[in-house]
Amino acid sequence: MNLEQAVRRYIVENFLLGEDSGLSAAESLLGTGVVDSTGILELVMFLEESYGIEVRDEEMLPENLDSIANIVKFVERKLVGRRVAAQSIAG
Amino acid sequence: MPLVHNLLTDSAKRCSDRPALICEERTCTFGQLDEGADRLAAVLQDRGLRRGDRVAVFLENSTELVMVVFAILKAGGVFVVVNPTTKARKLAYLLNDCGVRVLFSQSSLANTVAKALIEAPSVETVVWATASPSDDPRSPTIAQWLSDAKAPPADPHLIDMDLAAIIYTSGSTGGPKGVMLTHQNMTNTAWAISTYLGNTPDDVVLCVLPLSFDYGLYQVITGARVGFTVVLERSFAYPYQTLKRMEQYRVTGLPGVPTIFATLLQMAPFEGVDLSSLRYLTNTAAPFPPAHIRRLQQLFPHARIYSMYGLTECTRVSYLDPARLADKINSVGQAMPNSEAYVVDEQGRRVGPGVVGELVIRGANVMRGYWGKPEATAERLRDGPIAGEKVLYSGDLFYTDDDGFLYFVGRRDDVFKCKGEKISPREIESVLFELEAVAEAAVVGVADPIDGQAVKAFVVPRHGHALTEQQVRQHCRASLESYMVPKFVTICDALPKTDTGKIRKASLVEAGSAATD
Repeated sequence: MNLEQAVRRYIVENFLLGEDSGLSAAESLLGTGVVDSTGILELVMFLEESYGIEVRDEEMLPENLDSIANIVKFVERKLVGRRVAAQSIAG
Repeated sequence: MPLVHNLLTDSAKRCSDRPALICEERTCTFGQLDEGADRLAAVLQDRGLRRGDRVAVFLENSTELVMVVFAILKAGGVFVVVNPTTKARKLAYLLNDCGVRVLFSQSSLANTVAKALIEAPSVETVVWATASPSDDPRSPTIAQWLSDAKAPPADPHLIDMDLAAIIYTSGSTGGPKGVMLTHQNMTNTAWAISTYLGNTPDDVVLCVLPLSFDYGLYQVITGARVGFTVVLERSFAYPYQTLKRMEQYRVTGLPGVPTIFATLLQMAPFEGVDLSSLRYLTNTAAPFPPAHIRRLQQLFPHARIYSMYGLTECTRVSYLDPARLADKINSVGQAMPNSEAYVVDEQGRRVGPGVVGELVIRGANVMRGYWGKPEATAERLRDGPIAGEKVLYSGDLFYTDDDGFLYFVGRRDDVFKCKGEKISPREIESVLFELEAVAEAAVVGVADPIDGQAVKAFVVPRHGHALTEQQVRQHCRASLESYMVPKFVTICDALPKTDTGKIRKASLVEAGSAATD
């Protein structure tokens, strides 16, 4: 399962009661009412636990979290950052 | 005596070009807001809306929501703002309860609206903010109506005893109750609040609270009265973005609930964000933890901090003068202007300092009653000291100190507050019982560092049935507003009971608090 599938599955299971009603990757999660403010926090916890990343307060922004596509881009960026950091420590 | 919409019209005359609202970077001036409301009011009247008719507003915080509220009043109607996270069944209940004729909503909520309308025959027209989800001519958009208007609305000849709003609130028994507020209630309360807060036209107030919540709604009403700007946020989902907006618009006032302040405190010291414009913070809806007040004082040494108390049935009761925080940090202060609040015993007699009893409120802020519920109304509104007068029995236990300052003790029933919203355990329990696998269920509030109190559900599965936490939570998400969905779910074999078979909620609260520590 790739990153997008995993994020979609989490959202469908937790916020859409298991029914994938054809949510597009670009749709606003808050704007369509799929996720509310409490849901955003749950989503962040899921991302932190599943991908071992740390989401800082100032990264809690719609451009990072408000659609499946934005989440995927954000997590990918964080993972690259983590790898670079790990390499520099190892090096 | 003015009507609520006169507050807006007067501000539009005084300062037409001043920003009334800033929402998602879009500014709407008092002149534009007043003119838009006039246009929508004219079309509402054209469609047959009469004095006293109810109109529901099922929208997220937006300029449209505020414009629609004032339009309903100008047309002579009564507005009912519904929380946008409300699910279909409850929406249908609200629409039926007060016989709503016109509903305003938005396309992202179209599914919920469609389901609710099947059971709500009183609704004749649905008007959509932005795009209409269908081509049905009975489903116009606000934009169409704004351009349809031909003439100003006719004067509906309201007096200030007419109803302006119905605000729904949960109780310990029965379904949600619609609190009826008159124009007099609302103009009085807007005056009282803006007076003790010392609001001026230079204020810029940031509102992240939903306008379905009276505390959020009154930011807009007092803004219209005083002529200050409200920066209206859709929610507090992205706190950092909210902080940046506070800096951007030089926000002077921040109304919040303990959850919001707890989240803000976690983000302190707000590096790279200049919040020096902040002049005051207000808290109500749930007790303000003293530790949070002290930390906010350190973070915002130039801001006044108001600890307040209220209930939907009279909007606001009291506030603590910020100068008294040093010696009375646990108090919610004294009654606001033009109202009185006192503690009584079981017989309704006033009691002295230090004695715990029920808080009674007297004044122009007290509601007219619950819509269509005379018995529930009679329980809360009882005869006051002057013939024919009604005073409000709050259902909240208080005591006063020797100086007459009020201290909240607890509720007389098991209703509690989570994120500043009133939670009726019974409402959640009845949803839990819909699950076939549930034999017994009990909901309590347990201590939570962020939310003050969090919803915890204890569920006993029926013999031979399996039940998971996730199933329970998913089912709740489908039927309940998001703030009511249990944060904690415990599946257990049995619930503690008294000899008479009543569930011992106090032991559950204890067990719940220990388990979540």
